[in-house]
Amino acid sequence: MTFSPSTSVATPETPMAESPPKRSADGSTQAATAEHLMPKPSQCSPVEGCGAVKMSARDVDLFYGSKQALKKVGADFTERSITALIGPSGCGKSTFLRCLNRMNDLIDGCKITGDVSLDGENIYQRGIDVVQLRQRVGMVFQKPNPFPMSIWDNVAYGPRLRGIKNKNDLNQIVEESLVGAALWGEVKDDLKKSALGLSGGQQQRLCIARTMATRPEVILMDEPCSALDPISTLKVEELMRELRAHYTLIIVTHNMQQAARCSDRTAFFLLGELVEIDESAKMFTTPTDKRTEDYITGRFG
Amino acid sequence: MASFSPSTMSTAPDARPMSPGVAPLPPMSKSLVTRRKTSNIAMQALCGFATFLAIIPLILVISYILIKGLAVMNLDFFTQVQKPANDMGGGMKHSIVGTLMMVGLACGIGLPFGIMGGIYLSEFGGNRMGFAIRFAADVLNGVPSIIIGLFVYAIAVLPITKATHGQITFSAWAGGLALGIMMIPTIMRTTEEIVRLVPMSLREGALALGDTRWHSVFKIVLASAKGGVVTGVLLAIARISGETAPLLFTALSNNFYNTDPSRPTASLPVTIYQFATSPSDNWQALAWGGALVLVSLIFVLSIAARYFTRSKN
Repeated sequence: MTFSPSTSVATPETPMAESPPKRSADGSTQAATAEHLMPKPSQCSPVEGCGAVKMSARDVDLFYGSKQALKKVGADFTERSITALIGPSGCGKSTFLRCLNRMNDLIDGCKITGDVSLDGENIYQRGIDVVQLRQRVGMVFQKPNPFPMSIWDNVAYGPRLRGIKNKNDLNQIVEESLVGAALWGEVKDDLKKSALGLSGGQQQRLCIARTMATRPEVILMDEPCSALDPISTLKVEELMRELRAHYTLIIVTHNMQQAARCSDRTAFFLLGELVEIDESAKMFTTPTDKRTEDYITGRFG
Repeated sequence: MASFSPSTMSTAPDARPMSPGVAPLPPMSKSLVTRRKTSNIAMQALCGFATFLAIIPLILVISYILIKGLAVMNLDFFTQVQKPANDMGGGMKHSIVGTLMMVGLACGIGLPFGIMGGIYLSEFGGNRMGFAIRFAADVLNGVPSIIIGLFVYAIAVLPITKATHGQITFSAWAGGLALGIMMIPTIMRTTEEIVRLVPMSLREGALALGDTRWHSVFKIVLASAKGGVVTGVLLAIARISGETAPLLFTALSNNFYNTDPSRPTASLPVTIYQFATSPSDNWQALAWGGALVLVSLIFVLSIAARYFTRSKN
């Protein structure tokens, strides 16, 4: 979990070409990387997918008070891939997403059973530091939520939390993150200006940059484009595809075209259940479950 | 709907058959229309008149203070202390400085406790404890200020007088404490309300970056609620700076200029009270000057409070 500025700052001319520092305890993920570059879809299991498993959920039940919002949800999320969570409103996909970095902890009366693990370690077990977990599993929200401070301060917020004080290091991280979020060109002269003055699309990319600045391993996105116009959506989607090379992305979306366009794998939720999870190409052409087919072909939802 | 008039309505049934649910209503009678229009105008006029009556006292008070107060305004008023009752001239420097000193001391107590208490209520006060504190704050807000003065007299002034064998009795410390206690519930409740308005998404944004609850509240939530919190603080200051009763048993007063907070200290409201009730014409005139300074202070604070609320929006 140590962040070393030197490794991430080494290549300013191609800031995002380098993968974020590896933090997994064992070296297995490193070995799996090369294999992942040439995925063999035929050998992939529908649940486990290809490549190394970064996060996985098993038998997750979640209750808001007495109301059950998730029923025995199980899924694996492979490293360096985009998984889209789709389903009608209220089906539990956002709730499930928020389980993955324990954002549901904030909600009173929310109870979770089952296993959610990051690199094989259960994130709900005792002794897990939620603060460190959230630094490894970042989140981008539905509505852009820039802090009421300058653009620079927004991006530097996360690194500062990790104890980075050196101004030059912070400048490097801010620039890299903004370049990575495809926002640098638009804001590089206005870094000291308030982030609240940016347009909605810029604010959302700023929020992505802010998340990237903590160098997470997994990025969760809760309908990141739902408040954006089509042009901004396109930019964010392009960005997601670039981020895929370095991060594990899990995205909730209401837009099935978006899921089909961007994601490697798609999970379909209905009434708190995970109906089906598979390769996106297969999900959108030949889904196994009748309910998935009905939803995808627009018969309901 | 522009063509909605009794005439078109009466012809509607002939034009096309209607289902029972949308049968046209009978036309409004002319007298009813007139009656409603008249009562509308009458009630509006009545409200306007009531408002006018309500602000007449305010206008009278302010203009009276301005006229009487400006008559004694000069440099001496701010640079000199009071003179013996039969002499002419003199000023209220001791009272102005004393008020500023005690308001400052009160802020030292009221601000940290009020703001942090407000944050606690908003962020962590959803439980029984929060309910109890909120209730206590509301009760404290309603306690008459003279009771606060008596309380501070009993817990701070008397014991210290005994302990120091009368060396230290009434003091600006005690006055500041009494005013500070009065500030706490006001600041606490306004801070709570304002901090509660900060959208949840901002808190979540900070927490999702790996922030701790405390740090996110101070860096993000308080920063976005800044304008409202400042407004609450200014209004609390405006409220306490005119308080007389809590100072009677705590700071007492002083005829001389004093900057030592452990000694009896003059304040604008108490001095105004003493001067206004004295037989000296000179002192009575000075009291009007003191009233003008006090009202101006509160006026400026209120304007500043409005400014901070507006700039937030």
